[in-house]
Amino acid sequence: MGSFLASLGEAVGLIVTGDPDLLEIIGLSLRVTLTAVAAACVIGLPTGAVVGALRFPGRSLAGVVLNSLMGLPPVVVGLMVYMALSAGGPLGPLGLLYTPTAMIIAQTILVTPIVAALTKQIVEDLHADYAEQFASLEVGPFDRVVALLWDARFSLMTVALAGFGRAVAEVGAVIMVGGNINHVTRVMTTTIALETSKGNLEVALALGVVLLTIALIVNGAVMTFRATAARVTYA
Amino acid sequence: MLETEFNVRSPAPAWREETQRAASPEVLLETRTLCFDAGGRRLIDRIDIDIRAGRRTMIMGANGTGKSLLLRLLHGLIPPTRGEVLWRGRPLDRRGRHAQAMVFQRPVMLRRSVIANLRFALAVRGFTGSERTMRETEALQRAQLEGLAARQARVLSAGEQQRLAVARALSCAPRILFLDEPTASLDPVSTHAVEQLIREAHADGVTIVLATHDVGQARRLGDDLVFMHAGRVVETGRVSDVLNAPRSEAARAWLEGRLYLDSSS
Repeated sequence: MGSFLASLGEAVGLIVTGDPDLLEIIGLSLRVTLTAVAAACVIGLPTGAVVGALRFPGRSLAGVVLNSLMGLPPVVVGLMVYMALSAGGPLGPLGLLYTPTAMIIAQTILVTPIVAALTKQIVEDLHADYAEQFASLEVGPFDRVVALLWDARFSLMTVALAGFGRAVAEVGAVIMVGGNINHVTRVMTTTIALETSKGNLEVALALGVVLLTIALIVNGAVMTFRATAARVTYA
Repeated sequence: MLETEFNVRSPAPAWREETQRAASPEVLLETRTLCFDAGGRRLIDRIDIDIRAGRRTMIMGANGTGKSLLLRLLHGLIPPTRGEVLWRGRPLDRRGRHAQAMVFQRPVMLRRSVIANLRFALAVRGFTGSERTMRETEALQRAQLEGLAARQARVLSAGEQQRLAVARALSCAPRILFLDEPTASLDPVSTHAVEQLIREAHADGVTIVLATHDVGQARRLGDDLVFMHAGRVVETGRVSDVLNAPRSEAARAWLEGRLYLDSSS
């Protein structure tokens, strides 16, 4: 218990003094995670809305696939992206392996099914409400999807948060495709794993505290924004 | 053949039907042996009716008798199992659907402001620019919701939502308006306001088809009445004729508040 408190004290010290290495790791973590979540939303929101709102052959199968992919193992994604980006892979010439871009790609692949599957559920429920009115007005497929995404926007913020939670805590895939290279691809989760293995518990703990704090701040900010926006909108 | 503008065709001699058609307003909608099955049961059974332009037709009958289903079939929201719906003599298609609008028992409000609900409907129906703006303003005035244009539609009272739903439907300039028990959950004041909107729409030339349980409403609003029982049309005629002297046992029992179980249904 004493050693835990000592480590915690040192961790707080690192954060308070603004250790440059720590700030660099935090910055890269946020850049990779937020970019991946944004990309996943760009792909996953319309995909989920299309599957949730439109009727087409294979729709049920698409729903099953999306739900199944929510549990995609990060190491499997890491391996697939590694093989694609490695020198002998189809995307090898791009030279993306062991770069933040590779980490963004891996996280996007992990987060997109979560965003798409949760969006599908939300849009499907809302569409059940709207379906007859849409049919009566003869709303086309594109207008239907856009309208549902817009009207579900406050609920979809929670979906983006779920994606953020998955991405920011991810370690398996990013360590495989990023390589955990100091000052290049080292992020909070990979550093926590590394420093723990080296016995530098105070650094690992400091990053753990930062990770939790960031998650709390982001969640709090989004939920506050959502509540405020909803209050203003529905006033 | 009944002397109304709303006809059940089957018993009529052909010459008489032709004569009456020539003298009557245009037939907007007609059904031919319309049937709808679900779950192994026939829910709409061989309905042949005409709906003529400018008339107000009330559809009445007990709960579960198929009134709402008939409206949805007429509006093309669901396809019939057998038979067909004709719009001005041709199978109901996109063009015909564009000339129709429907108001549901529970008004469907998008999660948007009052004005945005109107704007969305007008936009998908192809109205743009100044015409759209004009129609929005007109609809707000019609529904007496000018002061609530920026308010979220879902926080309006039930009566205000239904007024908005009717005004939204009418803003798209339909030739025929279907209403599925639009005042079923409204108080008398809100009911009066919705009925007034329906009267105004009819005065503007919109054909009205309204499903209702409310005998008073049918008397106030209707020209013709079709009475349904167990998915079939069992009686038609002018509203006052059917309600004052029903000829079918099903209509008589319903008006007297008796449970009527037809062994053939």
